[in-house]
Amino acid sequence: MASLKEMRNRISSVKATQKITKAMQMVAAAKLRRSQDAAEAARPYARRLASVIANLAAGVSGDGAPALLTGTGRDDRHLIVVAAADRGLAGGFTSSIVRAARQHIDGLIAQGKDVKIVCVGKKVSAQLKRPYGDKVVENFDLSAYRQFTLSVAQPIADVVTRLYEAGDIDIVTLFYSRFKSVVVQTPTALQLIPATVEGVETPTGPTAVYEYEPSEEAILETLLPRNLTVQILSALLDNMAGFYASQMTAMDNATRNAGDMIKRYTLEYNRSRQAQITKELIEIISGAEAV
Amino acid sequence: MAKLHFSLVAPERELFSGDVDLVQAPGTEGDFGVLAGHAPFMTTLREGKVTVRDGATTKVFDIQGGFADVGPDGLTILAEHAVEAA
Repeated sequence: MASLKEMRNRISSVKATQKITKAMQMVAAAKLRRSQDAAEAARPYARRLASVIANLAAGVSGDGAPALLTGTGRDDRHLIVVAAADRGLAGGFTSSIVRAARQHIDGLIAQGKDVKIVCVGKKVSAQLKRPYGDKVVENFDLSAYRQFTLSVAQPIADVVTRLYEAGDIDIVTLFYSRFKSVVVQTPTALQLIPATVEGVETPTGPTAVYEYEPSEEAILETLLPRNLTVQILSALLDNMAGFYASQMTAMDNATRNAGDMIKRYTLEYNRSRQAQITKELIEIISGAEAV
Repeated sequence: MAKLHFSLVAPERELFSGDVDLVQAPGTEGDFGVLAGHAPFMTTLREGKVTVRDGATTKVFDIQGGFADVGPDGLTILAEHAVEAA
């Protein structure tokens, strides 16, 4: 059995750890609120843009449509963008996204498709480098950014469009964690190219004839790349909120575990202290009796 | 007079949403004004000022690029960057 001093040390070290996890939990909670607001605030833009594109896409027929919308008509070469966290200590946040992405990637490889990977977030590159080192084409480290704006998402979108325009890829899928609530974040796959036109607003009744300035195609051509960036940005914002939510939960658990540990150790410590006192008393008494 | 529902949205947040009298915006092919009941119309925007008039009050926003969508439910401007001018 450990000596009393050893046990005292152990209790105080667990207490110190508990203080840290507690502090991290509170910091994460504060940051969660801020990033949740940011994610919420960015939604109207993304939603409007998507609905406008849906409207336009319905109008632009077959041949004239830009390639970003229609795709190349093949699905042999895939680009997978995996976006997760730059930091750890958030439970299984990154792992759950990476797991979903790996399942998808393995499925594609099994079908004999060509796969390229873009990692967004330091922890993602660390987890994907080993199994798919030769397939990773780009790594992004976003740990320097305190908040995400369009200019953060732009370089990622640029890489995607560059590869697409060079004709190296047919389909682009983004993996991220959709922030549903503080307790629910689901790893989600979102197809970026060809653009998925969500049925946000199915034309209600006879749609009025729109005037376009300049042409329909020209507008669509400027909107689609922007939509790509905005989709990536809102994925990043969702990720950030999800990251803090799961960090908060993880740290809450850690704090509770530390509390349990302290209780257990303290009990054990008191018991052995009692035992030692009793033993000493017996020694003294029996010594006195012998005299 | 009927009011025009107008919203100005930037990627980070919504800057304005409400009913107004008149909105003037810089289209790529020329400035234009929108009143209530405007015909459906969509255009890209260049850098410039968006002026929002409601009764006696006037608000001005500086925008950089984006596009405007006039539909049956009003005018929506999706700007790449937008700030309220002082």
